[in-house]
Amino acid sequence: MREINAKQITEVVKKLCIDANLFLGEDVLAAFDRGEKTEESPVGKEIFQQLKENARIAREEKVAMCQDTGLAVIFVELGQEVHVVGGDFNAAIHEGVRQGYQEGYLRKSSCHCFTRANTKDNTPAIIYLEMVPGDRMKITVAPKGGGSENMSMVNMLSPSDGIEGIKNRVVEWVKQAGSNPCPPVVVGVGIGGTFEQTALIAKKALLRPLGQKNPDPQLAALEEELLTRINNLGIGPQGLGGRITALAVHVEMIPCHIASFPMAVNINCHAHRHKEAEI
Amino acid sequence: MSEAIRLKTPLADADVEKLQAGDKVFLNGVIYTGRDAAHKRLFDLLKEGKPLPIDIKGQVIYYVGPAPAKPGQAIGSAGPTTSGRMDIYSPKLMEIGLKGMIGKGMRKKEVVEAMKKYKAVYFAATGGAGALLAKAIKKAQIVAYEDLGPEAITRLEVEDFPVIVVNDTQGNDLYQQGMAKYAR
Repeated sequence: MREINAKQITEVVKKLCIDANLFLGEDVLAAFDRGEKTEESPVGKEIFQQLKENARIAREEKVAMCQDTGLAVIFVELGQEVHVVGGDFNAAIHEGVRQGYQEGYLRKSSCHCFTRANTKDNTPAIIYLEMVPGDRMKITVAPKGGGSENMSMVNMLSPSDGIEGIKNRVVEWVKQAGSNPCPPVVVGVGIGGTFEQTALIAKKALLRPLGQKNPDPQLAALEEELLTRINNLGIGPQGLGGRITALAVHVEMIPCHIASFPMAVNINCHAHRHKEAEI
Repeated sequence: MSEAIRLKTPLADADVEKLQAGDKVFLNGVIYTGRDAAHKRLFDLLKEGKPLPIDIKGQVIYYVGPAPAKPGQAIGSAGPTTSGRMDIYSPKLMEIGLKGMIGKGMRKKEVVEAMKKYKAVYFAATGGAGALLAKAIKKAQIVAYEDLGPEAITRLEVEDFPVIVVNDTQGNDLYQQGMAKYAR
């Protein structure tokens, strides 16, 4: 067994919370460059310039790229030969979020559902734990903003709806979301599994490097077609009209029940944030 | 894109009536932040016939919950939140004199109608460009509901705060116009 101290988990989570909110990934910056060149709408082109400038300010001045620094969604791949010592695993993660959001001058966006009273430290984090072979621990922090999360959905389709049903539902959904989720967006699509699992794989699809195709050729083709159809909607950057509504569509699929055909759409805004580290 | 129109708050009917969907505007002067929780409190006060903590007349409300300021900053990142959540409150605020709203995303038909009726406009700021937009905010001071944290009402002094008119007083909608132009 390899021992990992809970304090080290806290330190890593803290740093990832800050880094994810300050430093936009190279894959997204490259997509902004492409967008600025190819967007036909003058306003849309200007939006891409603003997003590049915004990312530069965030990076250089070490401030959050967006005021909505999200709920802290955290994926942990835990090697089965790791033994966590020196504290509670979950508490160590929450503490990392608490410290990261405080020390990084990040907004605390977590509140009581009924009273709307802010929890004031952005906890609880949302933690997904997966056990994997090996003696390492991989932690991914993906801060999730409310505006794009609100424009997400789970739909229990009928098997007879087929792949066309999926396509139409995704495109209709992005169309009705319009300018709300801060386009240009990244669209995560989950297909299959159960009610909750289809939503989770839609979210995990967002962690893939931007525009990296699904290795399954059928799903890669589906991603391509969905991206074209979404960009043909004309919503454009910030919904002000244009050719680029989505930077990418990522689809993940797993088998489902013979009676079911679940699907989910999880939308990310252009502040497509996630950072990972291995202990 | 056309040259930006510079406007100073508070706004009069004449200021907003000349604005057209698609106009680029630089706002100057004082604007107030307000989002979900603050709107609910304002609305509750109005229902009870009590005075509001800020004078809404001629004012502009920015739907934003800023990030905390670092030392030396006036305010942390401060981009717009989704406006639709404020739709149920907005017509009443326009009725008592609100002249502008800044946010992102679509407004309901009732809100667009209220803009025509009460002479007010809806501006979009670039969502997700909070670090950039914060540069145009020179001073920030909480004036009500400090307990709400990022949702407190804050008085902002802005210089050339960049926005685009989405809904004007004639009922035009830039989101619909833009999408119609580029859809295929």
